[in-house]
Amino acid sequence: MTMKTLDAVDAASLRTDHPEFRAGDTLKVHVKVVEGNKTRVQVFQGVVIGISGSGIGETFTVRKVSYGTGVERKFPLHTPIIEKIELVTRGDVRRAKLYYLRDLRGKKAKIREKRDAVPAKSED
Amino acid sequence: MGTNVKGVLGTKLGMTQVWDENNKVVPVTVVQAGPCVVTQVRTPENDGYSAVQIAYGAIDPRKVNKPAAGHFEKAGVTPRRHLVEIRTDDASEYTLGQELTAETFEDGQRIDVVATTKGKGFAGAMKRHGFHGLRASHGVKRKHRSPGSIGGCSTPGRVFKGMKMAGRMGGDRQTTLNLIVQGVDADRGLLLIKGAVPGPKGALVFVRTAVKEA
Repeated sequence: MTMKTLDAVDAASLRTDHPEFRAGDTLKVHVKVVEGNKTRVQVFQGVVIGISGSGIGETFTVRKVSYGTGVERKFPLHTPIIEKIELVTRGDVRRAKLYYLRDLRGKKAKIREKRDAVPAKSED
Repeated sequence: MGTNVKGVLGTKLGMTQVWDENNKVVPVTVVQAGPCVVTQVRTPENDGYSAVQIAYGAIDPRKVNKPAAGHFEKAGVTPRRHLVEIRTDDASEYTLGQELTAETFEDGQRIDVVATTKGKGFAGAMKRHGFHGLRASHGVKRKHRSPGSIGGCSTPGRVFKGMKMAGRMGGDRQTTLNLIVQGVDADRGLLLIKGAVPGPKGALVFVRTAVKEA
């Protein structure tokens, strides 16, 4: 659903500097972390298991396995706490939501890398 | 002590979200506030009280009846659709034809919003009054959303007036107090108000400075 009347308001907060990605892709999300009065950048690397919403409210979920424990983090796509998003690999998947990965361990939870016939999309 | 209330009429455009200075998401209602014009200034000498009357909204001049057209002509402005009066002690500082815009308010200010709530039609006691209804099982038959007992038997032998029952819900005038202005877009005449505001999109809303500011 498009909310044309408020597009002008949202335009101020929209971010256009992110690379295009979809479910199955592996990302490095550089997150700004505030500690006291200092800010540092933390990298959260994992597989995108879903993108939901649209417009200013669009979010994506990144999953990684850390010391044997699955960790998922959901980011608003346009949040200012993301410094940048790096696309590490593109995944070859047939679903828009990869929630089935939560039930898989080890080799089964691996996602094949996409080998596309068309030349890879422009970097960044 | 006098009370100086400022107010503007506007249209609710809808809700969206913005990020504040701490990078937290803030839900906001966007209101097209004004431009309004001052059509009359009430003074204690003339009217026995002090107030300012403002008008807002485009209207086809052919639809304005003669008395209203004369009223607008006296103020020297084109006719508007809505008129509202604001009781304020500083009414004398307003001049006829003066424009009021979203810039009446500033970031972080507390405001009240008055509007007509969305009509819900004929609603049951659960939705209308928050009753809990009856149980899902344990012998309840086809009465799951009913209000239950509405009173005694032969004493008093009637249902008390004002008993909460099913009926028309919504479409009432509601004042939401002490909302916070998240942002003012002076160029487009928009107010970003933190949180929800009564009424559907496109509804007429009256925004004024908070009168019961805590």
